[in-house]
Amino acid sequence: MFLYLVKRTIYAVPIALAVGFVCFMLVQIAPGDPINAIVPPDASQELLEQVRRDYGLDKPLPVQFGLWLMKVVQGDLGRSLATGRPVWDDLSSAIGNTLTLAVAASLIGFVLGCVLGGLAGTFRGSVLDRVAVTTAVAGVSVPHYWLGMVLVVIFSVQLNMLPAMGAGPGGSSDWAWDWEHLQHLVLPAVTLSVIPMGIVTRTVRGIVAEIMNQEFVTALRGKGLTRMAIFLHVVKNAAPNALAVMGLQLGYLMGGSILVETVFSWPGTGLLLNSAIFQRDLPVLQGTILVLAMFFVALNLCVDLVQTALDPRIKRA
Amino acid sequence: MSTTTAAAAELAVQAKEAALRSEGYWAGVWKRLRRDPVTIVCASILLIMLLVIVFAPFVAPHDPYQGSMIRRLRPIGTDNHLLGTDELGRDMLTRLIYGGRLSWFMGIVPVFLAFLIGTTLGVLAGFAGGRVNMLIMRVTDVFYAFPSVLLAVAISGALGAGIVNAILALTLVFVPQIIRVAESVTTGVRNLDFVEAARASGASGFTIVRVHVLGNVLGPIFVYATSLISVCMILASGLSFLGLGTRPPEPEWGLMLNTLRTAIYVQPWVAVLPGACIFVTSICFNLVSDGLRQAMDVKG
Repeated sequence: MFLYLVKRTIYAVPIALAVGFVCFMLVQIAPGDPINAIVPPDASQELLEQVRRDYGLDKPLPVQFGLWLMKVVQGDLGRSLATGRPVWDDLSSAIGNTLTLAVAASLIGFVLGCVLGGLAGTFRGSVLDRVAVTTAVAGVSVPHYWLGMVLVVIFSVQLNMLPAMGAGPGGSSDWAWDWEHLQHLVLPAVTLSVIPMGIVTRTVRGIVAEIMNQEFVTALRGKGLTRMAIFLHVVKNAAPNALAVMGLQLGYLMGGSILVETVFSWPGTGLLLNSAIFQRDLPVLQGTILVLAMFFVALNLCVDLVQTALDPRIKRA
Repeated sequence: MSTTTAAAAELAVQAKEAALRSEGYWAGVWKRLRRDPVTIVCASILLIMLLVIVFAPFVAPHDPYQGSMIRRLRPIGTDNHLLGTDELGRDMLTRLIYGGRLSWFMGIVPVFLAFLIGTTLGVLAGFAGGRVNMLIMRVTDVFYAFPSVLLAVAISGALGAGIVNAILALTLVFVPQIIRVAESVTTGVRNLDFVEAARASGASGFTIVRVHVLGNVLGPIFVYATSLISVCMILASGLSFLGLGTRPPEPEWGLMLNTLRTAIYVQPWVAVLPGACIFVTSICFNLVSDGLRQAMDVKG
């Protein structure tokens, strides 16, 4: 198993490099000269030439990638075209907000998904099972940005119960753990949680149903264990897979929260990406996507490692 | 009258003959599908929607681009405007009908393209094995390292707004997913006895793939691809919602949601209509795909 852990960790390195390369290429596939991503459009010809030399844009692509990589590793993601500030400055505060939102949504989705999926898997074919399956399908089919709008209409416009915009009173973007801020988190987190809820429900239902059909459960029943005791055995067997699915979902939410953040003006990476798209601020776009993708790669690695550690039955080459 | 009875009698005879013959795989699938009310209902809804959007010019009551400054944001149930009007005074029902054209187009075309490309590469990887497999699957791994929403936003964000760019981005999102499925089913079929038998009797690699492999792998890949249509539709509308993808004044459900976003304080129920259309379409595609999976007995 130890060998697998080492192998898996080493395998993450080329993946991370390749992901970096795809992010590097984003600026290259953008229409127009990549230099337009660095200098303002009204720059003089001399300035253009100088920047081209300074940034190594006159060198072949692989060399450029190497130079870019060196900078990125040192934490230099370039400067925003719109604000002139280093990309990392805006990004670092946004990441915290997105992480808060994604973790909250994952927790809600995971708890609901486990309850629904567990019940559905245990009582297969019952009314409860049907309800759970329907909820799960609705959860993965709903355009969540639209669900966000509907929730705003109901809870902000009609009932006036919860705020619809921003992460804190007065549109502040600094997060704090008090009720003032928490109530801003409710709607976006619930909106975002429907996707992991649907997926976790489906997965847990499948796992639980499969475990319930195994012989050891029959044996436990024959031994005269109570329902509760059997349930604990099932949980123990289902947990590693369910956790793995959840871990990956957290990563998907980090990358996928852009639409929900736009609906709720949540000051995270999604909103940053959104404004970068509007202003065609390619350095911000590239930096944000690179950081989110790297987070996803790292998370994938962690999930695999933890899952292997938790469930030694999984044999891997 | 007599012709219809004759036709009915003919049909009855045919049905009896069909029942006497041993039924084929597809007949079985069709029989199972017919007994699944959820799939039938969803498929019917989709069929009706498809007909309505194809014949939009004959069905829609108004012109989708013609607005009116004095009739902006009317509520649902207004005279002459059944579902109200949008922020530029255009008829909502008309725009929803026309909007379906682009939304459906952008939900299906990327999946179709990804199905073609992904199946080719995946079957190649699975059947050839060795270095070819290694090369294709490692590149696939890289694209798997991006959450799909992020990848779609990244590519179409870099390429800029536009329908073609959005379709390109979405195709690239789904190709790796289809490659993985295609590769795994092909690897499963490759080592079965009948492939071995075909090889022993001297069939070329191409013939084996065409005759023996494709017939066994296309079904599962197709079912998987149908399950992606719902995701693709949500993603495509999401791109338009972000201002990538479709551009105004073109009607498209995601873009309509975006332009109506500020209207939720004035006419909330009109503003959320386009999203309801996306939801209904996407849930129907999902349920039909689930039904197909069960009827075709595809595992996974």
